[in-house]
Amino acid sequence: MVRICAKSVLWLSVVTGIVFALGGCKPASRPGASNSSGDIPVGVYLSFTGSTATFGESTFKGIQLATEEINAQGGINGRKIALHKEDDRSDAQEARSAVTKLIQRDGVVAVLGEVASSRSLAAAPICQENKIPMISPSSTNPQVTQVGDYIFRVCFIDPFQGAVMAKFAAETLKVKRVAVLTDVKNDYSVGLAKYFKETFTKLGGQIVAEKSYSEGDPDFRAQLTAIKAANPEAIFVPGYYSEVGTIARQARELGIRVPFLGGDGWDSPKLVEGAGNALEGSYFSNHYSHESTDPAVQRFVAKFKQRFNGEVPDALAALGYDAANILFDAIRRAGSTDPTKIRDALAQTKDFPGVTGRITIDADRNAVKPAVILQIRGKEFKYVQTIQP
Amino acid sequence: MEVYLQQLINGVQYGSIYALIAVGYTMVYGVLRLINFAHGDIYMLGAFVAYYVVTGLALHQHPSVGNFLFVLIVSMAVCALAGVLIERLAYRPIRNAPRLTALITAIGVSLLLENGGIVVFGADPKYIPTVLQSSVAPRGGLYISEGQVIMLAASVLFMLILRFIVMSTRFGRAVRAISYDIDAARLMGIDVDRAITLTFALGSALAGAAGMMVATFTSVKITPLFGLLPGVKAFVAAVLGGIGNIPGAVLGGILMGIIEAFVGGSALTTYRDAIAFMILIIVLLLRPGGILGKAVVEKV
Repeated sequence: MVRICAKSVLWLSVVTGIVFALGGCKPASRPGASNSSGDIPVGVYLSFTGSTATFGESTFKGIQLATEEINAQGGINGRKIALHKEDDRSDAQEARSAVTKLIQRDGVVAVLGEVASSRSLAAAPICQENKIPMISPSSTNPQVTQVGDYIFRVCFIDPFQGAVMAKFAAETLKVKRVAVLTDVKNDYSVGLAKYFKETFTKLGGQIVAEKSYSEGDPDFRAQLTAIKAANPEAIFVPGYYSEVGTIARQARELGIRVPFLGGDGWDSPKLVEGAGNALEGSYFSNHYSHESTDPAVQRFVAKFKQRFNGEVPDALAALGYDAANILFDAIRRAGSTDPTKIRDALAQTKDFPGVTGRITIDADRNAVKPAVILQIRGKEFKYVQTIQP
Repeated sequence: MEVYLQQLINGVQYGSIYALIAVGYTMVYGVLRLINFAHGDIYMLGAFVAYYVVTGLALHQHPSVGNFLFVLIVSMAVCALAGVLIERLAYRPIRNAPRLTALITAIGVSLLLENGGIVVFGADPKYIPTVLQSSVAPRGGLYISEGQVIMLAASVLFMLILRFIVMSTRFGRAVRAISYDIDAARLMGIDVDRAITLTFALGSALAGAAGMMVATFTSVKITPLFGLLPGVKAFVAAVLGGIGNIPGAVLGGILMGIIEAFVGGSALTTYRDAIAFMILIIVLLLRPGGILGKAVVEKV
């Protein structure tokens, strides 16, 4: 019996060895990387369905617009861009298999995605291991680009975003007492809450209550009742749009009248659908406002509306557009589709004129950019002010 | 003081929803000794049926009590039918197989409903527009929405009807006889198949009512995985109260709701679920049969 066991273990290790050897060979035969003609395969993994579906849809529209523009101009160095997209269903585990498919099967030279920090964090190690550059359009958690030197982003990070909202609350709204309600299962939410608290207390404010929930909870009355008892002047909810609406509605039902504050995770046309009028007058920080008078923004908004039946691009669409254009710019400057050369070119991006501001990639592969504060009025997000880094 | 009272109300109200789902677990366990893991997904189905009825017939344009009742009844009916079909197609063919087979089948049915839901309903979240204007008037410093009152009242009403059915009808007597000894019941001429079908119909209708009411009154997003967590918690509630025991399921559900409300509102808010499950473990250590359950010594 023991002999048989030892034998099968041996066989198993031989088979595993072969599989690994084959797996190891694979990158060499990747179609895109080795070919120097034909379309350039670029991977996109986003949440097209699931709890944050509008994040994926909006971002992809931005990427699509940028790709169509560059292909209409004849592509990069005579080669067109071919987008390969994968849906991760708003699930971190699926995000891993999505990038694996893009890299192994489609042989993409670079990857664009994800919006949610949790999912970017799940997929980034795979891109890093395979030495394929990944650009997250809008993951703001600082850990994302710390995964390795192949991971970039074109948005600001949460230490800045949290500080922006804290400054706005303390200096513009002049509130002293704020309650914080965090989604504990969400890296983005936990990080943003932490940075908000740091700056807000430094500015002399007081965090009167700290409660948490998990994505998918239907009832937030217990947390809100406790928050109400602490008597805050505003409530900071750095979650995603899919829960914020429900939270706001239940807060109003409990007689809480103070405004809510949030981050870029609120940016979705579905926010107001879930909230009804419960978020009227509340504020959130974001990457750009389509109301900006900057001619670059206005040109982008006009092109986007023309392409997508009059739809107004949200910040995620704008960041998707910028992420794609920065990648195309890097491929052009690299003069090659070799992922390592693209990575080097990306790292040298300087003063790129993006829709969401001038983008310079810093030593930590993050973008340094201003943030805007928006206020919810009816179904519109109205521009309030810009805060510089 | 007001805060504690408010939390108690929140807890009892939400607990009544757990109770509605837990009753279905406990009834099926009572007759078949089967943990029907697909039960939480029936709750999800109730919410989706409500969504499609409301948006399909544009009922939210004329919110009224009549419309609300109509949606509630349709959801309950569809869920009852789904429960019966599941029993007929998945559980009846393996009724005499070992218990583990049935358990694994139940997990399979649950996964089928969740992933089938993703295909049929789509994975993006949906919100049910209001079918019944629910205003809030503070009563003595407490805020209770009409939705909460309706959910609580409906749950109590359903429990009373259930109690009447189980204690005072022929069907109820049959169910009790089967849960006591299925073979003896069959020998006594009880139509076991029919009673089991009705048990599934009844339990599923209650879960459907719970799903419909939560989706309508809490304005929460509904997704095909909507039933996953409430299903698990209701199952825990049923075990807490003593599985197989209907009043136990109600008690367990309400206790679960209250514990969650108080922990959720305290400084330990992050550990809410952990504490709820820890209490289950403690109760089971002290009373292995659950709070109202009978400890059965099994011969080995």
